[in-house]
Amino acid sequence: MTGALWELFFEGLWITIQLMVYSAALAAVVAFGIGLSRTSRFWIVRFLSGVYVEFFRGTSALVLMFWLFFALPLLGWQLVGIWAGTLALGLSYGAYGSEVVRGALQAVAPAQREAAIALSFSPWQRLRKVILPQAVPEMMPPFNNLLIELLKGTALASLLSIGELTFQAKLARLSTGQSAEIYGIILVLYFAVAFVMTRIMRVLERRAKASVGRSVPKGEGWFSRKLPVEKQGPEALATGGKP
Amino acid sequence: MPEILKGLWITIQATFYGSLVSFALGLVWAMALRSRSRWVTWPVSVFVEFVRNTPLLVQLFFLFFVLPGWGLTFAPLTTGVIGLGLHYSTYTSEVYRAGIDGVPPGQWEAATALNLPRRRTWIAVILPQAFRRVVPALGNYVIAMFKDTPLLAGITVADMLFQANSISATTFDYLEPITVVGILFVVISYPTSLLLRALERRLVR
Repeated sequence: MTGALWELFFEGLWITIQLMVYSAALAAVVAFGIGLSRTSRFWIVRFLSGVYVEFFRGTSALVLMFWLFFALPLLGWQLVGIWAGTLALGLSYGAYGSEVVRGALQAVAPAQREAAIALSFSPWQRLRKVILPQAVPEMMPPFNNLLIELLKGTALASLLSIGELTFQAKLARLSTGQSAEIYGIILVLYFAVAFVMTRIMRVLERRAKASVGRSVPKGEGWFSRKLPVEKQGPEALATGGKP
Repeated sequence: MPEILKGLWITIQATFYGSLVSFALGLVWAMALRSRSRWVTWPVSVFVEFVRNTPLLVQLFFLFFVLPGWGLTFAPLTTGVIGLGLHYSTYTSEVYRAGIDGVPPGQWEAATALNLPRRRTWIAVILPQAFRRVVPALGNYVIAMFKDTPLLAGITVADMLFQANSISATTFDYLEPITVVGILFVVISYPTSLLLRALERRLVR
């Protein structure tokens, strides 16, 4: 492994991280937008956002990415590779995220909503001051999972020949032929990024929970996948990780 | 269109065999993680974490280019099934874990009281009760796997996306084949997920 190869990898890693940040931002917007409209008073809003979720969860992110990159130009829009990747990942992971948002909103105790009504808060105040502060901490662990899924999804962009980590690995392999070493290193790099992301998200989760006066059970090991006790049982099946 | 349907058949085969591999391996991981020995649980949990947190596509490339170097030469589809199965086994192991945790502790205690050996406890008491709970969740992973099969096109498995690409390469028409593939995915995965939801309501009270 020469220095030039490492340079290639870090260049790719940087694009991977950019791709992840952009699509995570888009996914967050979509998740909150669609998640909130799924709890709307109007049936047509609920219906349309439901169609969105089922459609984007039903197709493969890779096929969507291919469609945006290869088929859309024929309809008159040509997207730069990285934007096609961002759009595909943001739209499909946003659909998964919207389910998380909806679940967390619905998990807020109904009495909280009633209390806010009794205090004659406007719907917007209700959402901003009562519902969201309680729902957001609930969203953190599933969002953490989704973020990792998103990071892994960025590898798909290599098939659009965007120069991210996986694509650079392909180049490196073609020039050196050392498949095992190169893909081994790439896997470790992805793992390292995922690991750091998970730790950051856990810190954020702890803070978010502390801000509403709840504590996160300690004693999670570095590699342990144990869920907090309250989450075990059949409900945990639904949140087994991958959406 | 006939090529895409041929691709669909490959896609379904990959999903089916991949599911079998992941269901079997997932159970192995889940039971290994409950072992009393650290020498078993530690390496398994490191492996599971590692596989879960790295992209399937890179894992597929790894297997595709590395296995032949170790003297193991498989057809692309077999490599794809191994990759899919391994990757998803780390997810199904979580499902099994939750299913096993859902069995009331009294059942373990009763098995101890009856002096059942550990293996009989697993086979006769715990697993039958756990399985009923995990079926719908496992089904969700089958759908997820189905949607991940286009990645196999990256290692030259002639699945739907691969076929669509080769049609596009000859006709220069990208819009139609890829749109058809996208729609086929929705048409298959959505009713399946509805079915699973119905099943879930029946099995998990």
